[in-house]
Order: sequence, then C-alpha cells, then structure tokens
Amino acid sequence: MAYSDKVIDHYENPRNVGSLPKDDANVGTGLVGAPECGDVMKLQVKVNPVTGVIDDARFKTFGCGSAIASSSLATEWLKGKTVDEALAIKNTDIVEELALPPVKIHCSVLAEDAIKAAIADYKAKQHEGKAEPALAGSQPNA
Amino acid sequence: MKLPIYLDYHATTPVDPRVVQAMLPYFTEIFGNAASRNHPFGWAAEEAVEKARKQVADLIGANAKEIIFTSGATESNNLAIKGVAEMYREKGNHLITCVTEHKAVIDTCKKLEKQGYRVTYLAVQKDGRISLDELKAAITDKTILISIMTANNEIGVIQPIAEIGTIAKEKGVLFHTDAVQATGKIPFDVNALKVDLVSMSAHKMYGPKGVGALYVRRRNPRVLLAEQTNGGGHERGMRSGTLNVTGIVGLGTASEIAKAEMATESARLRAMRDRLSAELHANLDEIFINGSVEHRLPHNLNISFAYVEGESLLMGINDVAVSSGSACTSASLEPSYVLKALGAGDDLAHSSIRFGLGRWTTDEELDYVINKLTTVVRRLREMSPLYEMAKEGIDLSKMQWVTH
Repeated sequence: MAYSDKVIDHYENPRNVGSLPKDDANVGTGLVGAPECGDVMKLQVKVNPVTGVIDDARFKTFGCGSAIASSSLATEWLKGKTVDEALAIKNTDIVEELALPPVKIHCSVLAEDAIKAAIADYKAKQHEGKAEPALAGSQPNA
Repeated sequence: MKLPIYLDYHATTPVDPRVVQAMLPYFTEIFGNAASRNHPFGWAAEEAVEKARKQVADLIGANAKEIIFTSGATESNNLAIKGVAEMYREKGNHLITCVTEHKAVIDTCKKLEKQGYRVTYLAVQKDGRISLDELKAAITDKTILISIMTANNEIGVIQPIAEIGTIAKEKGVLFHTDAVQATGKIPFDVNALKVDLVSMSAHKMYGPKGVGALYVRRRNPRVLLAEQTNGGGHERGMRSGTLNVTGIVGLGTASEIAKAEMATESARLRAMRDRLSAELHANLDEIFINGSVEHRLPHNLNISFAYVEGESLLMGINDVAVSSGSACTSASLEPSYVLKALGAGDDLAHSSIRFGLGRWTTDEELDYVINKLTTVVRRLREMSPLYEMAKEGIDLSKMQWVTH
C-alpha cells in the first residue's frame, strides 16, 4: 500500500508524542479503540482554565501508520483551539488532509472519537470540580 | 549490501540462475508439445518432461510415474481434495483437515461442504500442531481423506506427518499433505511419512511461478482421482492440458538442486535464523515466537512484538520485505487466522512479523534487519499507549475497551 507523503511525514516525525498528567483537573484524556482491533489511541488535551483554549495536546497510538498520522495531526490541530472549536473537528477533515484511502477511514474516525473523549473527560472534571483520574470511555474492570 | 532486503521467502523465491539456464532452451529451440508423439520436436519435449518427473520424484522418494504436473500448489490441492472426494463418494463423505491450512485447502473443503460433504477442521494446540488424539477421534467409517499440511506458511510449524500417516494407514483413510513450504527445505520421503498425495510448488523452492506437482501414490494403495479438468487426457488422465514444458524443466532442476544442497543450506539458514531470534530477544523485551520452536522449518521465524502494531512496524522497516499477521496488511481487515488459531490473542496477531530466510540471505543483511527492527520497535513502543499502560502495571486484558 502506498502512503501519502503527509502520512509518512507524521509517521516519521510524529508531533506531540507523550503524556500529560492525567490527574490534572485541566487535562482531559481520551482512550479509544482496542488492542484486538489493532488500534488504540490515547489523546490528551490541557485546557487553559482562564481562556478555555487548548494549550497543549499529546498522543500515544498503537496502530498502523495512518492511525499514528491521524492522531499526530489531531494534536497539531487541537493546540490553540477552544474546546468548542475542537469538537468541530471532523474525521473527514483528517481524511482530506492526510489523503487517507477508504480502508483507512476508520483511523480518522478513531481520532475524532479520541478528541471527543478527551474533551468529555475534561468537561466532566470541570463539572465535578475535582480531579478524578477518569479515563473517558474506558475503566479497568476493577 | 543492496536494499531492499528480501526476507519473504515463504511468499515466493527468486529463480535460481542455474534453473533459468536449464529452462532457456525450452522457450525457443526445444519448444515442442510433449504430447506430439510423431515428430522429434515432441519427443525432445517429452524427454525433458520425463527427466523432470524423475527429478521431482527423487526429491520426495517417489516413483516418477506418481508425479502429476500442475499449474502450482493451489491446483494440486484442489485436484487432490476434490479428486478424492468425487472418486470415493460411494465410500464416504467425510474429510478431516485443520484450521491453519492454506486457503487453497480450506476453501476447497468449504466448497465440498456446500456439495454435501462433511468436513472436520481440527484445532491446533498452542504450538501450532494438531492433536493426534483429536485426529483419531475424528475419524469415522465415512472418512475418506485427511488433509494436513506438512509445514505452515506463516509460522513454519511442522505437523507430525509420519504419525498422521500411520494413523491414516491403520484406519484405511487416504492422506494428503500440502508440502509446499517443506519440500526441498527439509527431508521428505513419501514412504517414510506414509502419505498418499503431496502438493508441491516450484516457486517456493527457487523455480518458476505457475508450475507445481501432485504426488499420487500408485501402490499400497493405488490412489484414484476424479479429473477436475477435462480435455486431452494428459498426465494419466488426471490433469488435462498441454504441459508447461519450460516450467516443468524449471521445477525438475530446482528439485535436483534442492535435494543436493538441502543439508548444507538448511544448516546455514537454521544458524542464521537462530541468531536473528537470539539477537532480537537480547535487544527487546516482551517479544514472543509464534508456534513451536522445535518443530519448525529451519528458515522461518514468526515473532510478535507486543504493544506494537504490525503495519506500523513494516512501515518503519520499509527497506526490508517481510509479512505481518496484522489486519491492516491484509485485504480482509482481519488479523491472521493462523495466529488467532494459536490462541495467543488477536493483539499479538496484530503485532506479528514473519521472516522467511532463503538461499541468498546474508549475515550482513540480518545485522541490518536486527538493528533497524530494534530501533523501530523501541521508537514505536515509546509511542504506544499499551506499552505505557503495561509499564504502569495495568492488566490490559482486564480493560474494557471502547470498540466500534
């Protein structure tokens, strides 16, 4: 399979790989996908409580090159956006930017899900007014 | 050293230059139809075919009369299974095979099921081998054929063929083996192994693509096949069609070379394969060999690199030609059914790489692969949320994942 130059660039020089402190009240964490499906994305945003703008975004991804590129691109786009602007990012924007072929569209869907899960986690923390170590959408089966 | 490096010898092999040389005259000067009985052009072609038949037979301890030439192993598998099923329909309608067989066997069996045959697909144990007790228990008085591959194309695991052959003989059931990955690589003798039908392919052993053979036992018992291709009655009526003389010469020459060089070549490849495995294990934690290490082709290594997805791994070593069991590398979006059958979990199937070493693999190439792979696996693990969680002590198997 031939990859687009942009996918290769993100794969070889991934932006914003890493982790933010997940217990921080201003950090939202999204963890989506499943190992048996071959894709797991962890995406985190750090929101400035005063401005409501995403100051920092990080990812870690287990998946194919397109999955890595989709999450890398997502973190690039998230920085500097408000939470509401972030929620407006659509998987089709990612497909277009990375020129993903049809079999790789699920990678972009996963990235959109990861963004939404991270923001939902951040909002839940704000609502509760305390820092719960909640991984949106995925909890260990105690 | 030339890049890219080819380590996918289970998929196909380059044609040995000695084989090419042997084939060349048969494209132009000696071009006759081996079935033309009334002129020297035909005689010369027939002579070449009969020489090749003997060369192929010698490789597997058979008689030349027991070799049928085909277009390749897929056709051989189809002919053996459908040919027996149709010919012995009066005797019974039950076949036994195994879940890790090549699709050429599995899909042939599926087709027979639609036609009213009953097929038992034996599971494999963790090491990739079938259980002989399960095999014995599966045989009924309606069983007409057992089809179990000699060596698996993904994990290189060698089945207990001689033991299966003994059981088949005791029960009076015919035994077919798809030996595509094994012939020319490991010792194979049709009488020692008690097999009745054997599928072979030229392009897996440094011969050309598009030609193969089927061994059909002629004595104890005499195996009959219903022909699946109708026409001029070539190959004892079992496989009509003008013989691919050039290809057959290639298969014959490849067989002769393989027989002569097998001992030295397999020892060399085994040492190289063992070094590849040892150095990867020394460099990286949490890597797992899929399937039996003991009962394995000398030139095969199939390893899962936990927490790293196979396609991203291949992308990082894009100047090395290998295969992965990852869903993303296949058209089906399903991870390898062979690795799934081992019961190691889909996540490890997604993380697997198959290495196939061959006649022209060098130590220098392996050094390059070991270094590159180590770097890429480490880099991707730094990027892997699963690796991070595992290092934090989270049991990934107990997580509830959000799936689509």
